[in-house]
Amino acid sequence: MSETSQLTVDAGAPAGPGRPVPRIRLSRYRDLSLLPVILVLGVIGFIVSPAFLTSDNLIGVLQQTSELSLLVLGEAMILICGRMDLSLESTIGVAPVIAMWLVMPSSGPATYHGIGLLPGWMSIPACLVVGLLIGGFNGFMILKLRVNGFIVTLGMLTMLRGLQDGISQGKSIVEVPGSFSYLGKASWLGAPAAVWICLVLFAAGGLALGYLRHGRALYAIGGNTEAARAAGIRVDRITWIVLALGGLLAAFAGVLYVGHYGAVSSTQGDGWIFQVFAATVIGGVSLNGGRGTLFGALTGVIALQLVVNVTTLGGVPPLWDKFLYGAIIIVALIISRFASGEKQD
Amino acid sequence: MTDSTKGTLGTTDDDPPPAVRAEGVVKRFGPTLALDRVGISVAAGDSHALVGRNGAGKSTLVSVLTGLHTPDAGQVFFQDEPAPSGGDTAAWQSKVACVYQKSMVVPDLSVAENLFLGRFGPGRIRWSQLRARAGDLLAEYGVDVDPAARAGDLTVEQGQFVEIARALSFGARFIILDEPTAQLDAAGIERLFTKLRELQAQGVAFLFISHHLQEVYDLCSTVTVYRDARHVLTAPVADLGKAELVAAMTGEEAPAPTASAWHAGSAASAEPAEPVLRAEALALDGAYEPIDLAVCPGEVVGLAGATASGNTALGETLVGLRRATSGRTLVGGRPVRPGSVPHALGAGIGYVPEDRHRQGLVLGRSVAENATLSVTDQLGPYGTVLPSRTRAFAQRMISSLDIKTSGPAQPVADLSGGNQQKVVIARALAREPRVLVAIRPTAGVDVKSKDSLLSVVRGVADRGDAAVIVSDELDDLRVCDRVIALFHGRVIAEFGSGWTDRDLVSAMEGLPAGGGKGAEE
Repeated sequence: MSETSQLTVDAGAPAGPGRPVPRIRLSRYRDLSLLPVILVLGVIGFIVSPAFLTSDNLIGVLQQTSELSLLVLGEAMILICGRMDLSLESTIGVAPVIAMWLVMPSSGPATYHGIGLLPGWMSIPACLVVGLLIGGFNGFMILKLRVNGFIVTLGMLTMLRGLQDGISQGKSIVEVPGSFSYLGKASWLGAPAAVWICLVLFAAGGLALGYLRHGRALYAIGGNTEAARAAGIRVDRITWIVLALGGLLAAFAGVLYVGHYGAVSSTQGDGWIFQVFAATVIGGVSLNGGRGTLFGALTGVIALQLVVNVTTLGGVPPLWDKFLYGAIIIVALIISRFASGEKQD
Repeated sequence: MTDSTKGTLGTTDDDPPPAVRAEGVVKRFGPTLALDRVGISVAAGDSHALVGRNGAGKSTLVSVLTGLHTPDAGQVFFQDEPAPSGGDTAAWQSKVACVYQKSMVVPDLSVAENLFLGRFGPGRIRWSQLRARAGDLLAEYGVDVDPAARAGDLTVEQGQFVEIARALSFGARFIILDEPTAQLDAAGIERLFTKLRELQAQGVAFLFISHHLQEVYDLCSTVTVYRDARHVLTAPVADLGKAELVAAMTGEEAPAPTASAWHAGSAASAEPAEPVLRAEALALDGAYEPIDLAVCPGEVVGLAGATASGNTALGETLVGLRRATSGRTLVGGRPVRPGSVPHALGAGIGYVPEDRHRQGLVLGRSVAENATLSVTDQLGPYGTVLPSRTRAFAQRMISSLDIKTSGPAQPVADLSGGNQQKVVIARALAREPRVLVAIRPTAGVDVKSKDSLLSVVRGVADRGDAAVIVSDELDDLRVCDRVIALFHGRVIAEFGSGWTDRDLVSAMEGLPAGGGKGAEE
C-alpha cells in the first residue's frame, strides 16, 4: 500500500504558479484603488474652490456621508452574501416614522399625533426594532418563501414608502424626541458623533468580515452557496441575520438623519438606493456576491460624496447630481469589468 | 454527404481526405506554452481518441480545432482545405462542432427551437413547419426525440444527440466529444456509443476526449496521446495495451499492479468491530427504499449504482444534505440529527460532494479559505478566524495532500481539476472525520491524480476511521473492502473485495450477481 499512497511530483506544475501571482497582488491593491482617486478629488477640490479644504466643508461632507454610509455598510454585507436589498432606502424613512407614531402623544400641541403607546425614551429602540423586523421580514420572504429577492425588496421599497406616507399623513414630522436629536447633533472630539459612530461600525464590520468565522462565511455563501452548505455553514440562518442587520443599520441611519436635520422628512431616503449601489460598486463589491470589502465600500461612499461636493463647489447646479451618480456607477462598472477581467452578466 | 457513404476503411488508395488535419500547432497563453508543435489527423469516418492528463493541452487543441482560438503557428485543414479565418463562425460551424460535457442546449426552449436556433429563416417563425423540419432532421440521424419536447426534459444523452444532430445539419462531418460520458450512466453511454457507431458508418468522424480509458477501447480505433503540451504518440487502439497507454500519458512505466494493490487486506477488516457509521432503515421517498448500512472502522464501503439508482441520494442523506423520510443515521452509536450538515459534521462525517464546481468550492476564493471552510471554528478563539492560523492550517493540508499551488493565497479557480478536487478533500478531512463520505471523488481528474485521491480515501480507513465511496466508476470502487450495489433505490447485490468488473457492472445494470449473461449487450 505504501508505494501507491506516496504522492508523486506533477510535471505540469510549473505552468501553474507563474501566472496567478500578479493577480493576487492586484486584488490585494484593489481595496486601496479608490484612495488615489480620493486624493485626486481633493487636489481638484482645492483648485476649484478655496472653500474645499476648510474643516467646515470637510466635516460637512463627512456628516452627509455618515447616513448614506450606514446603508452602504448594510448593502455591502448583503451583496457579499450574494443577496440584494433595495428596500433599505425606505427603511431609513419608515422606521423613524413608526417610532414617532408609537411615542408621540395622541393629543397635544404638537402638529403630529401618534398613539402614545411608548414613552419618549423608547423612540430609538423602537426605531431599531422596526428596522430589524423589516430586514427579518425580507429574509423570511427571500429564504422561507423563496421568492425573488430583487422583486420582493423592490415591492418592499414601494410598500414601505407608502406606509410612511400613510402614517405620517404625507407630512414631515418636526417635533422629535431629544434622544433622537442628540446623536445627530452632538459633536465628539471636534467631529460629529455620527461620523465617529459610522467609523466604529465600519471598523467593527470590517473586522467581523475579516476575522470572525461567521463573517468569513459571508464570502463563502456569496461565492458558492451550495459549497458553503455542503461545508456545514448554516447558510439560511446567516443570510437571514445579514438581511436583518441591513434593516437595523438602515433604521439607525434614519436615527442619525433625523437627528441631523431635526425632523423626519417625508422624502427621507428617497432615491438613495442608487447612491448606495453606486458607492458599493465603485468600492469594489461584486454584485454577484462573494467579493469585496467594507473598507472598499467606505472609500466608495467617500469618493462619491467628494465628487458631488467638488462639483457643487465648482458651480455645477445640484440638479446635475443624479446625472453624476448615474455616470459614476456606469464608469465604475466598466472599469471594474476590465480591471477584474470578468464578465458581469 | 454523397462521398461519405463510400466506406470507412482507411487502407484503400482513394482515401477520402482526413476529416481534420492539424500540423505544427503552437499556442501560448502568456508565459505558458499550451501546445508545442502538435499535430493530429482524424480520418473520415474514424473515431479517434485524444487522451492525456489534465494540462496536456487537450482543451486548447479543441479550442483551436473549433476556431475559438487562433494558433500562434501551424495550420488546420478540414478535408484538405485550410480552416476558415478566425471570426467566421458560420464557416467553422459547417466544418466542426464540439459537444461538451455539460449540455449546451437552452433548457426552456423546445428541441426544434434548439436545433434551428439562430437560423429560423426570414420573416415570422412558422411553428408547425419548424417542428416538421426538426422531426425530419432528427429522423435522418435516427434520433428518437420529440421535436416539441422541452430540451430541459431530455436525458443527458438525448441532449447530446440533439447537439450532434444540430452540428450535422450545419454540414459538419467532424465532431469533437469532450468528456461526453461524464454525466451518463452505463446504459446512457451504451446508447451514445451505438449512435456514434451508426454515424461513423455514415462517414462522420469523431474526436473523442475522455478520462475513461475503457471507453477509448470500447469506441475508438485510433488513439493520440498528448503530454505536457506535446504530441507523444498516435497508434491504433488495438495495438496499444492499457499499461502502455497509461505509460504514454504519464511518461513513466505504469504501476501496473496498482489496481490489485487497492484491495484491502481482508485479514485486517475481518475482525468484527463496533460500526462507526450505521444507517437504520434509512429511506428517502422517490430516491431509495429502506436501507441498512454499517461501516466499521478501518473499512471503505462502496455504494455502487448508476445515475438514478439512489446511491448519490443515499450519500447525501448520510451527510445531512437531504433529510431522510424515515430511519436514522448513527455515528459511533449516537443518532445524528437528520437533514443538517452542521450536525453531521459535528458528529464526525466528512463530505466530498459530487460536483466540485457546484458544491465543493468557492471558486473565487483562495485555497486556504476553501480548505478551512469547515473548520473555521478551530482557527481562533471566540469565533475569530486568524489569518496566520488559516495559512498554517492550509499549508499543512497542501503539503500532506501534495496540492500543486503557488501558495495558500492562490484562488482555487486557478488550480487544475485534480488539485481542486484535493482541496475539496482537504476540506472534508480538515475536521478529522470518523467517516468520510465521498461522492464520485475522482470525476474529471487525470489518471495520476485519481490514484493519489483514492489513496487519501484509503488512508482514512487505514488509520482506523472509515470511508464510504459513492460512485459508478469501477476504479473508485476498487479501493473498497465491500461494495454495495444499488439499483432503482434497492440493494441488489453486495460484494467482498474480490468482485469482477463484469459482476459489478451487471449488478449496477440491474442484473443480480452471477447473472452476467447479457449484461454487456
